[in-house]
This record gives sequence, structure tokens and C-alpha cells, in this order.
Amino acid sequence: MKHVIDQPLETDRMVLNYGPHHPATHGTLRIIMELEGETVTKVTPEIGFLHSGFEKLGEDLNFNQYITITDRMNYLSPLCNNVAYALAAEKLMDLEVSKRTEYIRVLMCELSRIADHLLNVGMLAVDLGAMTAFLYGFRAREDIYDLFEKATGTRLTTSYTLVGGLMRDIPEGFDKDVLKVLDEVDEVANDIETLLNKNRIWHDRTKNIGIISKEDAISYGISGPMARASGIDWDIRVNEPYSSYQDFDFDVAIALNGDVFDRYLVRMEEIRQSIKICRQSLDKMPTGEVIIDPNLGLSLPPKDEVYNSIEGLIYHFEITMPHRGMTPPVGEAYVPTESPNGELGYYIVSDGKSSPYRVRTRPPSLINYSIFSKLIEGHMLSDAPAILGSLNVIAGELDR
Amino acid sequence: MNHDDIKSNVLTTTLESAINWGRKNSLWPMPFGTACCGIEFMAVLAARTDIARFGAEAIRFSPRQSDLLIVAGRISIKMMPVLIRIYEQMPEPKWVISMGACASSGGVFDTYSVIQGIDQFIPVDVYVPGCPPRPEGVVESLMKIQNLIDKEKLSDYALSSSK
Amino acid sequence: MLLEQTLAQIKEKFPDPVLETTEFAGEQILHVKGQDILTVLTALKANGFNFLADLTAIDNLTLGGYERFAVSYHLLCHKTAERLTVKAYVPEEKPSLPSVESLWKTADWQEREVFDLFGIIFEGHPNLIRIMNPDDYEGHPLKKDYPRLGRKERGDFPVIDRGIQKQKPSK
Repeated sequence: MKHVIDQPLETDRMVLNYGPHHPATHGTLRIIMELEGETVTKVTPEIGFLHSGFEKLGEDLNFNQYITITDRMNYLSPLCNNVAYALAAEKLMDLEVSKRTEYIRVLMCELSRIADHLLNVGMLAVDLGAMTAFLYGFRAREDIYDLFEKATGTRLTTSYTLVGGLMRDIPEGFDKDVLKVLDEVDEVANDIETLLNKNRIWHDRTKNIGIISKEDAISYGISGPMARASGIDWDIRVNEPYSSYQDFDFDVAIALNGDVFDRYLVRMEEIRQSIKICRQSLDKMPTGEVIIDPNLGLSLPPKDEVYNSIEGLIYHFEITMPHRGMTPPVGEAYVPTESPNGELGYYIVSDGKSSPYRVRTRPPSLINYSIFSKLIEGHMLSDAPAILGSLNVIAGELDR
Repeated sequence: MNHDDIKSNVLTTTLESAINWGRKNSLWPMPFGTACCGIEFMAVLAARTDIARFGAEAIRFSPRQSDLLIVAGRISIKMMPVLIRIYEQMPEPKWVISMGACASSGGVFDTYSVIQGIDQFIPVDVYVPGCPPRPEGVVESLMKIQNLIDKEKLSDYALSSSK
Repeated sequence: MLLEQTLAQIKEKFPDPVLETTEFAGEQILHVKGQDILTVLTALKANGFNFLADLTAIDNLTLGGYERFAVSYHLLCHKTAERLTVKAYVPEEKPSLPSVESLWKTADWQEREVFDLFGIIFEGHPNLIRIMNPDDYEGHPLKKDYPRLGRKERGDFPVIDRGIQKQKPSK
């Protein structure tokens, strides 16, 4: 028997197609893997299965209409996209927004961040076999959807911000609802951590898998929780604050190893810090206007003024007719923001007309995904879902 | 089975209703989720709106083992051959739900790269409007498929005479 | 601070490639000629701008500018939290410039995307093929003279005939 075990196992190289339609690829990704037995030797990802021409559409829609398109990019946290685009357009046109607008935007961004991280941890757990974390996460997400519906009108594609303000103010009693939901999210996060943090199977499947070193992270342009899990201390909310983030007191979660387990820990800790920021934003919410002055020609006046006063009707006419209304200066602007995936920014180039000349999204999913072929070499086939799940690739943002 | 031989008599109607009852209460959906509607479809499967109440709990990602194809999300020109191949692999009887505005008609994306409605190329049974549709809308569409199945006859699945 | 020093050094060291520096909305933009972008970016990286945040292109057909295409690079310095935009101009007759993949690996996929959507060729790139559109696609969609509705690719698929006859439901 001994000589049979001592001989090396001879295998042939096999090419496996991890196709565009597959339960463990989150969305439409295709990976062509070359395997030597169970070990992966080379990987070629193919993307573009959801390319919809977002950037070409941006040249035909005007500045406020494009906000509806930005929802559909990172569809797990659409409010972060809306805020990022509105910030870029406001920088281009040199607009000031009220403090109340900024605090409400922070509140909505942090709620989206909680929803995104809950779903990402849930999908990572489902891919590795732990179904319960997914169902717990979705229960909390449904309550966050209820909050979005109260404030904006829909669950997923919210289109809440306008260039220079918000679509409408938050309703009465919203803060009590948010506090109730935050308590529930806290409990759900506790439940998920009880199930997974000290779980022997979770440790075996996620520790020392897919390690990203600090130099690789900077060379490949990685940002967000993935970079922080490798030890890079860079959070745009702290280092380049936007939208009044400097008024809030929170910690930045950093881990040192850079494997899948560390990325999971960083995301769970970011959920706790987001809960803290939401509570502070409700405590310190200033009063004021969120709809900007229609005199500036940027957004529509409220409907009761349009129907009941002649000035409202004239402003409405002026703003909706083409080639009137919004006239930005000729120039360009790029504002980086911290989305749940990493650095999300919109680069808008304008030639003075009412639609942008070029709108470009800096997609964190695409840039984070490019390191995948390096991470998986040498690992086993069954580590591929774990690494893909921890990268948080969202096909809408990847392909645009 | 020739089309003319099957006439409605007592035996076949009872058989038809038994077969239809079995088929409609145990649909095995196959989600072809590409974009935001895929996330709403996951919410349909989760605890609040639970599609398992209708018997459609066994989500199989293999087309050979399912009978209801739910196309959720925009289909780009690179993805369309994949969708056609998956549709052809499903065995009869099969039904298709086109979920959302993008699968039904292209939605907001009237660009060079998005198919303006999958019903140009594959036959669709129920269209669900919305961007994205609410989970209750998807459940309503499943109930409409169940109503369609109720009205089916055995002679429907005879081969068409031109073949 | 770092940004002003660096810009002054770069203008001194490379008087020919640098076309001008402009400022808009509080940010600095450095305009250079496309052929010399690799040397300029190597110098900037050595000076402290260690992170390439974004790489994209703009078609200046109706906007005007030095040349038809401008490839823009957004750089970030982690130590001082300063950002700089570098725009490299490429003419229409010969749309090619050196690839910066040797400096930052993130340029790999982003340059492939610029090639796919604009047709700009990056010399020295290890694998310059299409990334978003299918491999047999013709044309470069994001150029200003390409129509938004495409050239009939989206209607070009076979219609499935099931070969059975389904009765229409009697309603």
C-alpha cells in the first residue's frame, strides 16, 4: 500500500467555465479557470455582460434626469450613488447646500451602507453554506427598505437627491422609526456575529484565503473595506470629508492580515459605526430648507406654488424647457466619496449646455475586481466563491 | 398523439385538471437575475414575501431541472445568446415571466447595447411592470401563471402540423 | 505645499511636454502631450502621488481643446490628501500613447475600457482587447459621432420557435 500513496497523483490540466449564469457569481460574471486537479493555476475573468451604455445616456439627459440613472449602478446602496453625483454637479456649478440637506444625506448614506454590508455578508455566507445569515440580513434589510419608502417613495431606485438639495424633506416621526430600526439592526448584527465569528468552519474557509498585501492594494487601486482590511488607513469620510462628515465622531475599522476573514470583520464593524453615525445625525439634525430657491433656475418649485401662483408657473416653464434653466460653467469636476465598496466618484465635464458633455463613474467594483486573477492563483476551486463574495462585485457598477 | 383524436370527454378533463393542479402548485423557478430586479427577486424569496407559500420554493439554477424562467433585469447584447441557450435547454412544459421594465421593453436604457424587450426573441407569458416591481407584483405574476396553467389542455402540447 | 512644489518642478523639468496648467473649482489640472505621459507620470509618482484613482477619456469633438481625444488621469497622494488631474492630448489621426500599466496595475482594465469605447491604442499594454462589448463588435460607441441607438446590433438575434401549438387562453 505504501508505494501507491507515495506516488504523485498525475492529473491533466482542465479548463472550467464558471459561466455568466451561475448561482455563486453575484450577477453576470464569467470566469475561465484553468485547473490542475483541484488547484487553480490561471484565471481569466470576462466582464461586460451587463454593459448598458450609461455614459452615452448621460450625454442626452439633463443634470437632474441623470440622477434616476445613477440609482441603477450600485443597486444595493442607491442613495450613495445619488449623493455622489449630486456632490459632483454641485461642485461644478459652485452651489452651497443647507446644513439640513447635508445631515439628511449623511443619514441616508449610512443607512444604505448598513444595507449593503448586510447583504454582502449574507451572500458570502450563503456561498459558503451558511444560509441563516442571509435570512437574518434580509429581515433587517426589509425594515430599512420600509424607511426608504417612507422618505423617498420607493424601496430600491430612490432618486432622492437633486442638484442643490433633496427631492423632499423627511416626514414627521421619521426619527423614531429610524431609531427603532437601528436597534433591530444592532441585534441582527449580534446574531450574525454569534453565528460566524467563532465558527470553526468559517475560520477554516476564510482565514488565509485571498490575502492582499499593502503594495498590491495601492498598485491595483483598491479602496474601501478591502483596502482597510489590508492595513491601509484611508477613509474618505475622515481624510477628505464631504457633506459635513467632519461634524460626526466615529472610528475607522482597520485589520492587518488582508484575508477574507478580515474583510468580513471590517464590514461588520462598519455596520456598528454606521449605526453610531445615524444616531448622531438624528440628535443634531438642524432645521432649514432642503428644497433650493427656484430663483436659481436649478430645480422645480413645489407643486402647490406651480398651480397657485404665476411666479411658480413661470419658473416651472423656464426650467423644464430645453436650453433654459440649468446653465453650468464650462469645466469639469470630480468628487470622491466613500461608498460601501470603496471610492466612488463622478467625473462630470460640462460645455455650458443643460446636459453634461461627459459623465464618468469611477467604479469601485471594476477596480476591486481586477485583482481577482492574482488572488486566486494557487488556491483550491472551492475558495473561489469565498474570494468573489468578499470582493463585493456588483455587476451594475462593473459594466455600467 | 394526433390533434384530432383528443376530444374533451370525461376522462381527459379529469386527467387535465389533475395534471394542471400538480404543475401549478409545484413550479420550480429558475431566476435569471442580472441587475436590480435580481435583488428584488431575492427579496421575494426571503422571509417577508415568501414564494414558498405557492410551492415555488425549489430554486434550481440548472435549466434542465426547472420549468419557470424568470428573466429579471436588463439583457445586453453580450448576454442574449446566453439567455437563448438557457431557454432552449429547458424541457417542456415551460413558462417565462419577464420581470421589470428592462426585460419587457428595454426600460430606461434606449442605447446601443440593451435589448429592447426579450419578447422579440423568446416567447413570454407574463410581463411584470415596475422598476423594480414590488415583491407583491412578482407574486401576482406567479398567480397569473398558475391561472394560465389551469386553462391548459393536453392537446396544447401536440406538435404543430408544419413540423 | 506638495502640489504646488510638484507642479513647479514638473514645469521646470519637462518644458516641452507640458502644455499648461489650469485650475477649476479649486482643483489643479495639468495638460500634457500624449506621447510623453509616461515620463511625466513616472516623475509624479516618484514625487509622492502614489495612487491612480481613475483613468478615462473625453472626446473633444464639439468641446474644443488641444486635440480630439484627451485621456485624463486622476492622481492622489495618500500622505497629504491632495489630488491632481493630468490630461494627455492625443490627435485623431494617430490615437495612441504609452500605457502606464508598468507604474500602476490598475491601469490594465481601465485602459482596455478606454480602447473599447474610444478606440485609443495604448502602446506597451500586455493585453489590449475589448472588455465591455462583444469581441466581434465593430465601432467605438462612446465617440461623439457614434449614434446612441447603435447600428442595429440589438435586433440581430434568432427568434425561437417552440414547435408546439399553445392555445391562446380564452378570456
